Amino acid sequence: MIESLKALLPGGRVLTGDVYLAAYESDGLTAFRTKPRAVVLPETGEEVIKVVRWCHQHGVPFVARGSGTSLSGGSLPVEEGIVITLNRLNRILEVDPVNRVAIVEPGVINLDVTRASESHGLHFAPDPSSQTICTIGGNVAFNSGGAHCLKYGMTANHVLGMKAVLATGEVVEFGGRSREQVGPDFTGLFCGSEGLFGVGLEFILRLLPKAECFHTVLAGYRSLEEAGNAVGAVIDSGLLPGALEIMDALAIEAAEAAVSCGYPAGAEAVLIVELEGPMEKVAVERAQLDEILEKTRSFEKRVAADSVERMTIWKGRKSAFSAVGRLSPDFIVQDGVVPRTRLGEALRRIGEMSEETGFRVANVFHAGDGNLHPLILYDGRREGSLEGAEALAGRILEMCVEMGGSITGEHGVGMEKRDYLPGMFSDYDIEVMKRVRAAFDPKEVANPGKMFPGPEAPSLSRSGLHPLEEAGVISRE
Amino acid sequence: MMTEKPSSAEEVAEVVRAHARISAVGGRTKPALVGEGKELGLSGLTGITDYKASEYTFTARAGTTIREVEEVLKAKRQYLPFDPLFAESGATLGGTVASGACGPGRFRFGGLRDFFIGVQFVDGAGELVRSGGKVVKNAAGFDLPKFLVGSMGRFGVMTELSFKVFPAPFETVNLSVICPDHVSAVERLAEVASSRWEADALEYDPSEKTILLRLGGPGEALDQICEEIEGRWAGEVEQFRGITGWRDLREARWAQGEFLVKVPITLSRVSQLAGWVDGCGGAVRCWCSSGGNVAWFSFGRNELDAVDEMLKGHSMAGLTIRGSDSNGPWLGERRENAILGAVKEALDPGNRFPGI
Repeated sequence: MIESLKALLPGGRVLTGDVYLAAYESDGLTAFRTKPRAVVLPETGEEVIKVVRWCHQHGVPFVARGSGTSLSGGSLPVEEGIVITLNRLNRILEVDPVNRVAIVEPGVINLDVTRASESHGLHFAPDPSSQTICTIGGNVAFNSGGAHCLKYGMTANHVLGMKAVLATGEVVEFGGRSREQVGPDFTGLFCGSEGLFGVGLEFILRLLPKAECFHTVLAGYRSLEEAGNAVGAVIDSGLLPGALEIMDALAIEAAEAAVSCGYPAGAEAVLIVELEGPMEKVAVERAQLDEILEKTRSFEKRVAADSVERMTIWKGRKSAFSAVGRLSPDFIVQDGVVPRTRLGEALRRIGEMSEETGFRVANVFHAGDGNLHPLILYDGRREGSLEGAEALAGRILEMCVEMGGSITGEHGVGMEKRDYLPGMFSDYDIEVMKRVRAAFDPKEVANPGKMFPGPEAPSLSRSGLHPLEEAGVISRE
Repeated sequence: MMTEKPSSAEEVAEVVRAHARISAVGGRTKPALVGEGKELGLSGLTGITDYKASEYTFTARAGTTIREVEEVLKAKRQYLPFDPLFAESGATLGGTVASGACGPGRFRFGGLRDFFIGVQFVDGAGELVRSGGKVVKNAAGFDLPKFLVGSMGRFGVMTELSFKVFPAPFETVNLSVICPDHVSAVERLAEVASSRWEADALEYDPSEKTILLRLGGPGEALDQICEEIEGRWAGEVEQFRGITGWRDLREARWAQGEFLVKVPITLSRVSQLAGWVDGCGGAVRCWCSSGGNVAWFSFGRNELDAVDEMLKGHSMAGLTIRGSDSNGPWLGERRENAILGAVKEALDPGNRFPGI
C-alpha cells in the first residue's frame, strides 16, 4: 500500500528505511517511542492534502509533526501509521504591516515570525521556551504558551484564521485577517485540538507592536514562599507585568552550571518580573514595582541595564529545562496549573511528595498564571525509576485538578496526560469532545491515541540523550 | 419541576429536554439573533458564583448582567477590557458571548475569545457539558469556549461562564483626531496601531472623519504621551475628559437605524467602506471599531439589499444584531463547508437549537 503513497509525491520523499524512521520515533517526551510505517516529506500544501486524503481513503493513521518538541508526546508516531513532517512547508507567505498580521505555513519556526516582523516594529507574542526550533503548526496544535500568557494569552489568542485539510480530506478556510469574526470560531476550536482534526496548512497570525522598552528585575529570595508572596503583592498592586517567573534552588543550580546566568548566590528562589511598554509608563511603573519589591524580603535585586543583561536573565530561565539534564540522566516535566493564590501550597505539597518518594524535583514556573513546571529527575537505567517518576507526576496533576486548576497549561494532553483528562472532565464532557472529534475525523486517522484515555501507551524505559541531542539540534549545555 | 424561567443549570437542561425546538434568550439587547422555537429565558439564572480578584478570573451564571459584573469588578479595580456592548441596556454574559459583541476596548488586549476561558452549557441532547477551565491558563481538551463565541446559541445553551479579567488602568485620557479624509484616517489609524503609545481603544467615526483614542495608565505618563500625539498631528488633536462618549458607543447610541450589523473587516478596507457609506447620502451610517477590525452599519429596511450586495461584492460577511429579516441574521457572503453541519450535529444531536 505504501507504494501508492509513494506515487503521490516526487521520488525520495516517502521514507521507509529503519535508519530514517529512527529519527522520528520520539519527540520531546523521550519516555515514549514508536516506529511509524513511513515518514512523508511534503513540500507544499497540495501535497499534504493528497497525503491526508490518501490516509482517509485507506484508513491509515497519520501524525503531523514539526520539529518534534512536544513535551506531552503529541507527535509520537502511531504504529502502522505514517508521519507527515511539515518542516519543508516553512514559508512566511506574507507580513502585512497595515493589518498587523503574518501569514505563514505550518513548518515556520516560531521565532522566525518575529524576525520577519521586526522591521515593522511588530512581533509574534507566543514564546514557548523552545521558540528557536519549534514550529507554528505545533504551537497551534497544542496551543503553546510561554512566559507572557497572563497578559497576552496563548497561541490560540494569536491565530486569527487558517486554511486546513481536515482528516476527512475536506479543505477549509476559517477566520481571516480581521481580529473579529462572525459566527462560531472554528479557528479557536482548531487551536489546541492536538492534531485530532487535520493538518493546518496556512495560519493568519496576529502581530503586536513591540514594546518600546522593558524593565526586567531579578530578585533573590531565601525561600520559595517569600518569592511567591512577592508575586501576590505585584498582582494585587494593579500592575500587569508582561512576565512573572520563579525558579527554585535546584533549577537555579542547574541553570547556573549550564549558562552562567549569574543569579544571586545562595538564593532558594529567584523571581523575574518584567514590565514593558512606552518608556513614560514603564518609568512610573518601575518606581511602583521597586516600592513593592522593597517590602518583600528579597536579599538581592538586579535590574537589567540593557538588552544584553535582560537576555542574560532570560537565558537562565529559558535554558532551565535542558539545564536540569546536568543534574540527572533523565527527567520528565509537568505543566499543571493551580489557582495562582494557591501556588505556595502547591509547591509545599510537591516538596513533600518529593521527599516522600525520593525523587528530586526542580521547579520553574510561570508564577503570574499559576502554571507549574515541576521537573522530576529520575534515572531511566534504574529499574522502576521511570514508573516511579510517572506516578509522582500523576499525583502532582491530581493535586492541580483538586485545587481547581488544570492538568496542562501549555504542553497539551498528548500521550502523556491522557489518563488524567477524566480528572478534569466528566465522562459525558469527554463523550461530547469525542463527538466533535468524530465530526472532523470519523475514521479516527488523525493522531489517534492522543488526548483521550486509551489502551496502554507504547512506553519504553529508555535513558540517555534526547534524539534531538543525538542529532546535534539541541544541547543541554 | 418544569419551569420556563429556570434558575439552575439543571432546570435549563430540563427545559431543553422538554422542547423539540428551543432558543435561548438573555437580555434581548441583540434581538435579531433570537432563533425559532420555544424561547428559553435566562434572566433567572444569575449571580457571580466565584470571584477572587487575585486570580484575575470570575465565574458567573449565564443570565448575569454585564452591569452587575462590571460593578463587582470595579470595586476591586478590575474590568473586562473588551468593553462588552449594551451593558446599560441589560446585556447578559451569555448573550454577549453568543453574539460576540465587543466594544472599543477590544483593541488593546483582545476580544471575547481572548477572555472567555471556561463554560458549562446544555447541549442538544439536553445534557450538561463543561469545557475549558477556571484558571487563566489551560490547554486541556478542546477549546469549546472559543467556539461558542459568536455561535448565537446554535450549539447549546450556556449556563455558567468563566472569564479572565485585568486590572483597570489607574487613569484614562481620551483624544480625538480630526482627519482630512478617509485615506489619511487609515494611515493614522495604522500609525497609532503600530506605535509605541499603546492605545487601549482606537475608533473611527467616518461621518465626522474623526479618530477616537483612549489611553490608559498612570496619569503622569499619559500626559507625556498625549503631548507627543498632539504634536504629531498639530491642530487636529483634542483631548476630551469623561466617559460618557465611550458609554454611548458601548450602547451604539449613534445607530438610529432599524438594523445594526456587525462586519469584521481589516484596516485596509476602511476607506473603501467609508467611501461607499458617503455615497449612500446619510441612509447608511457606519462606525469603525477596534482599530479598523469591525465595521458596524446602521440603516433602515430600504437599505438592506444594498448593504447585502455591497458586502457580497467585497466577499465580506455581516451579522445582524438588531432588525428583523425573514432571511435570518446573515448578510453578505457566507462560507459553506461540510464541517459546520457536522459539528452542529455533534453538539446538537437532537437538532433542538436554531439552524446556523
